[in-house]
Amino acid sequence: MTRDNDKSTHRPEQPATRQRLVAESVTLAYDRRTVAEDLSVDIPDQSFTVIVGPNACGKSTLLRALSRLLKPQQGRVLLDGQAIGSLPARTVARTLGLLPQSSVAPDGITVAGLVARGRYPHQGLLRQWSAEDERIVDESMSATGVQALADRPVDELSGGQRQRVWIAMALAQQTPLLLLDEPTTYLDIQHQIDVLDLCAELHEQRGRTLVAVLHDLNQAARYATHLIAMRDGRIEAQGPPAEILTADLVERVFGVPCRIIDDPESGTPLVIPAARRAADTPAGDPATAATAAAARPADSPAP
Amino acid sequence: MTRTPATPHAAGTSEAAGRAKTPTAARITALRAPGGLSVRCDARAALVCAALLAAALAVSVVLIGTGDFRIAPADVLRTLTGHGTAAQEFVVRDLRLPRVAVALLAGAALGTAGAAFQSVARNPLGSPDVIGFGQGSAAGALVVIVLLKGDANEVAAGSVAGGLLTGLAVYLLAWKRGVHGYRLVLVGIGASAVLSAVNSYLLVKADFVDAARSVVWLTGSLDGRDWDQVWPLLGACAVLVPLLLWQGPALRLTEMGDDTARGLGVRVERVRLTAVLAAVLLTASATAAAGPVAFVALTAPQLARRLTRSPGAGLLPSALMGATLLVTADLAAQRAFGSGQVPVGVATGVLGGGYLLWLLVAERRAGRI
Repeated sequence: MTRDNDKSTHRPEQPATRQRLVAESVTLAYDRRTVAEDLSVDIPDQSFTVIVGPNACGKSTLLRALSRLLKPQQGRVLLDGQAIGSLPARTVARTLGLLPQSSVAPDGITVAGLVARGRYPHQGLLRQWSAEDERIVDESMSATGVQALADRPVDELSGGQRQRVWIAMALAQQTPLLLLDEPTTYLDIQHQIDVLDLCAELHEQRGRTLVAVLHDLNQAARYATHLIAMRDGRIEAQGPPAEILTADLVERVFGVPCRIIDDPESGTPLVIPAARRAADTPAGDPATAATAAAARPADSPAP
Repeated sequence: MTRTPATPHAAGTSEAAGRAKTPTAARITALRAPGGLSVRCDARAALVCAALLAAALAVSVVLIGTGDFRIAPADVLRTLTGHGTAAQEFVVRDLRLPRVAVALLAGAALGTAGAAFQSVARNPLGSPDVIGFGQGSAAGALVVIVLLKGDANEVAAGSVAGGLLTGLAVYLLAWKRGVHGYRLVLVGIGASAVLSAVNSYLLVKADFVDAARSVVWLTGSLDGRDWDQVWPLLGACAVLVPLLLWQGPALRLTEMGDDTARGLGVRVERVRLTAVLAAVLLTASATAAAGPVAFVALTAPQLARRLTRSPGAGLLPSALMGATLLVTADLAAQRAFGSGQVPVGVATGVLGGGYLLWLLVAERRAGRI
């Protein structure tokens, strides 16, 4: 829980060591099912934080709590030092943007129309569509490369394009913090990389703090500046991927034996799961059987 | 104030600049004044609203002149501005104007309520007449007519109470960590079925006179409306329609899913509860004044949406469309069926029922049901 740099904006009323988004010993539960207890997280300012962990480890739940969609049963989430639940909804929406797992595009809405909805928290009865709104919507669309689609109905787009449009809407909100819940789910590998490159660009060039839940450990290792590994509602490790991502951690968190090598492309850690089937599968496809036969001691009987 | 069609700032700001000189956000225009004031203004929607308003008023003038004592439209206008003969004054002011006012207001109330409900349910079928509020208001009215033998005002009160209770019951039954589209529609259809059984039972129990009175009320009629029906309805519309218009933008955002709307700073449950309460009250007030006029709430928002070509039913176009539909249906009911007038509910039922069938087929083709 350290600051990774001192570039964060000057906020005199805040103690200098505090990050903008913090969860303080929160207990998270749906109805009576407790997902996490006494969980504390600091999201480093201007980081690209990625939360990883096996299914049902509470990573999405943590993101929901950080984005005030889920009210903690105990403890609190602080945004700029104030309990997020006590702040006016629009104030929060001007500071913290959100890309939920599923959103519904209204029938027949155009890309530009949908992205324009991201300006809602900045608008009012007498300030419905300012020149600034217009400029920011245009900028958000060009940043996500959907400007050429501006007049197309969203329901005609491919999954990857649609995800970019939703990200553009979140960008139009112009929040210093942006939370993304599994932004790459249901996308093919090309669009996954597209979306993650876009996130990295937002983080690097525009100084935004990004928090994302991702499933792919190697993508997380490649893109994150700060990695949070969760299991059973607890944080097993957090820090820069190069420092914390070890074979031991992966086995502890995911239950998968593996080797870690340097990613030849980016130099970040690359997780290579151990080839389990080769070691102990008796039958299967011919290749596996051949490997198994080769590994068998010479005197053992053939199956 | 100057009108600024959005300028294409976009050019040159991105890698897309070469191929797309997109005037992107230009689809949204606004009236802007110095000092940061800006008002959104969709040219097409504004045009549609103006046309609908003109149509509603024109039909109203013809409607006022229609009946046993015919008055030419020009004379109607002269009478309305205070220059008619004594007979015309009496017919227009005391007999026909209240009827037309009830038609306009009830139509506007039903159109607005329908748009709000369809937005909450995220479904064009989620309108008050499909999900049981009409039946609830009817049950309230029938209880007063058949069991309590009440007068007209008590019937109106009973219908408001019945509509409100039904609205509350459906909302609570459909509640599971928030209200969601299909659950609201399905619970509403269930409630509607139960209530129509109750209504049939009450009709069977009733003696002949009460049953006849009930059936006329149930069809939805504008006959014999006077200013006593206009004032409460006008009051309800004056408060609730602006309230809904004010909540409109937030309500729109909830159609994208609760999480997305919350992320944008919408207090989803509060907005939704306000919208449902206002819409139930509007439906109940309209029903109390005009009876359960069928299908206006269902059709008006969808027709308005197709005319404005907007993604979702705008509240104001829906209100104006509802008003236009109801006065037109009343005119048709009086003119088209020869000498024998029929209640307006028959006309809206025929038109709206056909529309509902078409909607079901279209929705099915689109794979939504």
